[in-house]
Amino acid sequence: MTPRSPLAALLVTAALVLAACGGDGDEEATGATETSTSTGGDGDVTLRLVTHDSFAASEEVLDAFTEDTGIGIELVAVGDAGTVVNQAILTKGNPLGDVLFGIDNTLLTRALDEEIFEPYESELLADVDEAYLLDPEHRVTPIDHGEVCLNYDRAFFEESDLEVPDDLDDLTDPAYRGLTVVENPATSSPGLAFLLASIDRYGEDGWQTWWSDLRDNDVLVTAGWEDAYYGSFSGGSGEGDRPIVVSYASSPPAEVVFADPQPDESPIGVVEASCFRQVEAAGILAGTEHPAEARELIDFLLSVPFQEDIPLQMFVFPVNREAELPEAFIEHAVVPDEPLSLPVDEIGANRERWVDEWTDTVLR
Amino acid sequence: MSGVASTTAGPRPGVSLGWVALALPPAAFLAVFFVWPVGAIVAQGLDGAAVAEVVTDPGLRGVAWFTLWQAALSTALTLVLALPGAYVLARYDFRGRRVVRALVTVPFVLPSVVVGAAFLGLLGRGGPLAGLGLDQSVAAVLIAHAFFNYAVVVRTVGGLWAHLDPRLEEAARVLGATRWRAFRRVTLPLLRPAIAAAGSIVFLFCFTSFGVVLVLGGPTRATLEVEVYRQTAQLLDLRTAAALTLVQLAAVVALVAVHARAQRRRAGSLRLRPADEVLVRPRGRQRSFLVANLVLMAALLGIPILSLVERSFAASGGGYGLASWRALSTSRRGSTLFVSPLEALGNSLTYATGATAIALVVGGLAAFAVARHTSLAARGFDVLLMLPLGTSAVTVGFGFLIALDRPPLDLRGSAWLVPIAQALVATPLVVRTLVPVLRSVDDRLKEAAATLGASPWRVVREVELPLVGRAMLVGAGFAFAVSLGEFGATVFLARPDRPTLPVAVVRLLGQPGPLSLGQAMAMSTILLVVTVVAMLAIEGRRVGEVSEL
Repeated sequence: MTPRSPLAALLVTAALVLAACGGDGDEEATGATETSTSTGGDGDVTLRLVTHDSFAASEEVLDAFTEDTGIGIELVAVGDAGTVVNQAILTKGNPLGDVLFGIDNTLLTRALDEEIFEPYESELLADVDEAYLLDPEHRVTPIDHGEVCLNYDRAFFEESDLEVPDDLDDLTDPAYRGLTVVENPATSSPGLAFLLASIDRYGEDGWQTWWSDLRDNDVLVTAGWEDAYYGSFSGGSGEGDRPIVVSYASSPPAEVVFADPQPDESPIGVVEASCFRQVEAAGILAGTEHPAEARELIDFLLSVPFQEDIPLQMFVFPVNREAELPEAFIEHAVVPDEPLSLPVDEIGANRERWVDEWTDTVLR
Repeated sequence: MSGVASTTAGPRPGVSLGWVALALPPAAFLAVFFVWPVGAIVAQGLDGAAVAEVVTDPGLRGVAWFTLWQAALSTALTLVLALPGAYVLARYDFRGRRVVRALVTVPFVLPSVVVGAAFLGLLGRGGPLAGLGLDQSVAAVLIAHAFFNYAVVVRTVGGLWAHLDPRLEEAARVLGATRWRAFRRVTLPLLRPAIAAAGSIVFLFCFTSFGVVLVLGGPTRATLEVEVYRQTAQLLDLRTAAALTLVQLAAVVALVAVHARAQRRRAGSLRLRPADEVLVRPRGRQRSFLVANLVLMAALLGIPILSLVERSFAASGGGYGLASWRALSTSRRGSTLFVSPLEALGNSLTYATGATAIALVVGGLAAFAVARHTSLAARGFDVLLMLPLGTSAVTVGFGFLIALDRPPLDLRGSAWLVPIAQALVATPLVVRTLVPVLRSVDDRLKEAAATLGASPWRVVREVELPLVGRAMLVGAGFAFAVSLGEFGATVFLARPDRPTLPVAVVRLLGQPGPLSLGQAMAMSTILLVVTVVAMLAIEGRRVGEVSEL
């Protein structure tokens, strides 16, 4: 059948589309478990796990949780980590889900002030080093940690007379002029972490001088991680010409895992002394109708199966000391013993001011 | 020349019951899905003092000024580059014309991160065009904006140009006018409404540009859009965000009002011709003109696109291979992040089809309403329709979360939010494509039909619709393309297990490793092919072509 007039064609199309979408909506209304991403079981309760768009887990691992407990998991992703936290604050009292995963130490203070989480102290915290605990009242539970570090291009330093930098001080040495690319802390989360690293390293009185020297040493600033790493970095899959970049401690194993064929040695390395620790946590959203199940979910996130799934899924490190690292991480990743870090409330109180001062020092 | 100019009967000024019936559904749609959510988020932070602070803050004034002038320059550059292209694609009959028309739409749907990466790969240090010295410059931003919006001009202006009676210009030539004078005095005035429509859309896209400015403009440059995003999504400073949103909206209202005024003053009906009759086979100098334009398209649009396709075939150790393409269906399988290219494609097509249907109904009704009247209500309505283009996606997204969260409209987590948000951006494009053509329909035709006893509905169906059938298809293609490419709101609203192609591309780019980059490029290549096929399928249809009048 060919409708003769364009209006008829239009209406027919619209009707078909509406019918198709309507079917979709019904499916959602009839059974939340069916629409959940990863659970095949018919749990009595389906929890909504609110997270950022880089959350990843093996479907197998999530399915096993559903089979054991009867609790389904539906993922709700809302943009990047900052967006996730801020939407949770905005929807306080009528939250988008039951549990939030993905709040880190650079964003925590405000969420705690706004009281969006219900406290819960998991027994599994016994297996977690105290250094990772972000909140003594257990309103959030640490799940993983990832370090933001300088990465370097191995090939570049093998061919040149320059030593691999082993301290932030090296970057302002004229010999390293024009070699470094960093992200803008105003628009990038690793950029912010690296600024915090420099503040821990040089103190409230010294960091601006270091950055002003770095600026004089022709540092390149990009808006986001993608343009720094892929656009300006010369190592690994980077396509630029600068051999030093702000990225992650897990970038070297990622360069091996996401290559075909996989190289024996990662083409990039990590400058250990530059690493800043980001701890990522989960919390039960106040207002959930399923607090008991939500606690089970927190326990699951801390349990060994999920913890061992973390590295190759999200390229960060588990906090549970019982969890074993996959081989690619043992061989190619660096876990710095004493990473740089700052107390959560200090970050919360000063973040905006630091970013503004950084902007004045480096960009104006 | 007597048949050219406007007839005495222009759009009628009064508001009738029929007009209200026409305008009500689109007005309701906008009220529920735009005015209310955005109003809710702005109201949370609204504070007179904050507006004063924003307006007087020198830093933010600088941002506002940069936002304005870069958008103005980008629009001018896009028009200069694309108007000749619109002409050759509307008028010259050559092999592959329809494919080229579809191809120029590709940039429009690519995520700005990908476009940024493509341009960075070409213009950045180490790239083949590094010698131009455009890395982190305003020039790079302007060129990328022209790359993005070329299709807007080709579609909006080309749609009308394809129906202009060429005999008008020929008559002027016979009377002794030079080619340029004939164009300037005859064709240009007739095209002005469409050029103004294209210009306003391009301006709004550049005014709210986010990724391109961040990636290519260097760290010292930001638009108001970037500030709104930072204040809303990162700092949760709703006071400043609300004030910035109001400034943004005020600028959009001012622009659209000025534009609408200019357009109305020149509105007049034209004698439209079937597009097929207007086509000529280029000869002599026309041929050179065609070739010059094709070369420009190849350089501006072709090189960045090809560089992206090329990189999807780059092998880890150098040379070429299919590793990235194979990885699309194997790498990370079993992960919640995994989405096969076929699924992503299915999601993209489903959402975009839904959005297009909504946009055609909402935008179609709205266009008829706007084109019919010059009353204050109609003019205000016209401005309102354009506002979503000038509003930050993050404002709309957060607005949805806090406004549509209670029965009877508890839509949070619903799959409907994605096509609805996409339709908000697509609707103004449908309206702007249709209105210039609807206004050009000779009123005497409608009056003649009415005199002969046709009901108002029959006049619409048998006079207006056949005349604007082509424009309707162009509008549909346009709406489909912008929905396919929408990223800012989609990433916020789509369920993680149902990502669209652009969302999947950006996810892949978030991870280091040659396969991640290669897969992102391969996924972009799929998006590119889908766009071309969709454009050919939608616009290749012959629906109600203008017939001999």
